[in-house]
Amino acid sequence: MLQALEGSQAIAQAVALCRPQVVAAYPITPQTHIVEGLARLIADGKLQCELVSVESEFSAASVALGAVAAGSRAYTASASQGILLMSEVLYNIAGLRVPLVMTCANRAVSAPLSIWNDQQDSMAVRDAGWIQLYCADNQEAVDTTIQAYRIAERTELPVMVCVDGFTLTHTLEPIEIPPQEQVDAFLPPFRFARVLDPLHPVSSGTLVSPEYYTEARHAHHQALLRAKDEIITADSDWAVLTGRASGGLLEVNGPDDARVAILTLGSVFGTLLDAREEYPQLGPVKLIKLRAFRPFPVEALQQVCVGLSDVIVLERALSPGSGGIVGAEVRAALTELSAAPRVHNFAVGLGGRDVPLDIYPRLLAAIQPASPVRFAILDVELDKLPVEDR
Amino acid sequence: MSDLAETLIPLTELRRNQPRFRGLEAGHLACLGCGQALAARLVTEAAGPDVVVANATGCLEVFTTAWPQSAWRVPWLHSLFENAAAVASGMEAALKAQGKSSKVLAFGGDGGTFDIGFQALSGMLERGHNVLYVCFDNEAYMNTGVQRSSSTPHAAMTTTSPPGKVRMGKRHLKKDIISIIAAHNIPYAATASVAYPSDIRKKVRRALEIDGPAFINIHSPCPLGWGHDGSLSIEVARLAVECGLFPVVELERGALTGAMPLRAPRPVTDYLKPQQRFAHLFQNDPRAKEELEHLQALADHNIETYGLRGERPDPLDSAGADTVRRGGVRWA
Repeated sequence: MLQALEGSQAIAQAVALCRPQVVAAYPITPQTHIVEGLARLIADGKLQCELVSVESEFSAASVALGAVAAGSRAYTASASQGILLMSEVLYNIAGLRVPLVMTCANRAVSAPLSIWNDQQDSMAVRDAGWIQLYCADNQEAVDTTIQAYRIAERTELPVMVCVDGFTLTHTLEPIEIPPQEQVDAFLPPFRFARVLDPLHPVSSGTLVSPEYYTEARHAHHQALLRAKDEIITADSDWAVLTGRASGGLLEVNGPDDARVAILTLGSVFGTLLDAREEYPQLGPVKLIKLRAFRPFPVEALQQVCVGLSDVIVLERALSPGSGGIVGAEVRAALTELSAAPRVHNFAVGLGGRDVPLDIYPRLLAAIQPASPVRFAILDVELDKLPVEDR
Repeated sequence: MSDLAETLIPLTELRRNQPRFRGLEAGHLACLGCGQALAARLVTEAAGPDVVVANATGCLEVFTTAWPQSAWRVPWLHSLFENAAAVASGMEAALKAQGKSSKVLAFGGDGGTFDIGFQALSGMLERGHNVLYVCFDNEAYMNTGVQRSSSTPHAAMTTTSPPGKVRMGKRHLKKDIISIIAAHNIPYAATASVAYPSDIRKKVRRALEIDGPAFINIHSPCPLGWGHDGSLSIEVARLAVECGLFPVVELERGALTGAMPLRAPRPVTDYLKPQQRFAHLFQNDPRAKEELEHLQALADHNIETYGLRGERPDPLDSAGADTVRRGGVRWA
């Protein structure tokens, strides 16, 4: 049954359906509603769970780490400064191969202070060794959260479910919350192989010399590469149960004969779908939704880009002094194609700047010149800047 | 060689015949005379095998777990420097949710406890997690090469508080951690010293009987960082207690409930003199004299505050607490 739910409330319900035993979090906008929702479910006795209201995001991630290591399914959520504060723990969780699931309610990073949406926070921790899945709408956020637990626990890798702050977390949508039996059928009870058990003591997180560190990093990298299969099967198995798929590693939408594609992550995908309907006269365009950013689906991306002349990468973060983050990776992946499409890279919607429908014709117009746009930030209003900063 | 082989006893048999369970085995890589290694062994002996340990980054983590070896016989996890208390909180929450009764221990050095892990520790205490946090206090960042911490005593030399023309070692006071911990009104907070093993065991057992957070700060000499012979660790630790610079006390719900009386308080110079980190205080320098007076005043203040001046010999005072006595209170 479809219910009109705020994204955060829907995510809270999805987390509860996964029966976590420990939830640890620290308040930060726009993540807070998720944990508030969980707190209410716990207060009403609908979820049996230890809620640990910690004194920082650093401890939120640390508590969740300890809980999983001790054998409990756990959850945390954060955004922006919170993600950066816990970044040391995020690397550690991944290195310890602790299968934690968290939500990142994507938000810009200070300074200047902005509470609004972009994806700089999750992009800043892209190398932490987590699986990162980006959600285009709130139904995907629900389904991906549930899938994330199965992916994490099968691969022993943590999963960050990235959901655009406000745009998704604070927006009401008609959402199908799956029944508990369906989730139970999909997600078996958590069993952690290296659980801290006094009857079978293990030492975890030890010091390694240069003789072993390289191998540990190799194993971690390989595990992430192998996780692609789990991401695909989790989505297809979930689709068999519920009839809903979220796109596996990535999803392509559009006519086969299109020569131009626009690739994006998160909720901008929905904007582009609407925009394409709004401007049918602009010809066939494929829309690519990159769901998995880590592991980066190089082969799947190459496959869907065969025959394209132009790929426009739209992203909501940047690496100052370099340019696009996703754009650079897409460009690198596509250079291996024999007839590589031109890659144009734009940053949009930074710090909550609106991404309107008319971005679609403007993008298609911007790639008309023969030379590809290596990187540009769209909608910069230079007259707001002092002359020397333009 | 064949003779030797015949005399080898299988490890399993050795363990079975061990007088008591050791959470931390021999064979680790600690320096000779390491106070922390001894203290950690005593704590795990007293705690027994049904525990889970969260260990902060530091010497203890490094010298016990050089991959692929480990000296731990209890489940043990090292995450980061500043989060042992938070990781332990998560372990405790998980065990509670699973209906398990294993005790959670958190181990950190003074850097990981007084300084970088202080916020996480305060949070753990405030939330009332059923965790025993043990700080092995060797009064500086020993693992990185003896830098000053907020636990370093006043006037002590470290590599970041060297004495010189305008400085006499650390300018600031040792942080009064036990008062700060006690101010959380937790059920049990105590200090202890490796010079008094029975006292450590007793306090660990006491702490583990309690449902709620407990904290023990164990004074643990570091021969390398303090600059004394490894064979003197126990003696130096005992002098710290006997001069009043390291009071051995217990506080329950914030109130002082026990203190090890000093049979005869010693002058602080007896404690300071064997240690290179205080060598600059024994030079012909008027500033040195002033600092020695300052340190004596700190010791006197402790003796006054905690009422440490014992009036007559007591079996549990600083001279008697750990003497072997058959059928006595040694195993209290």
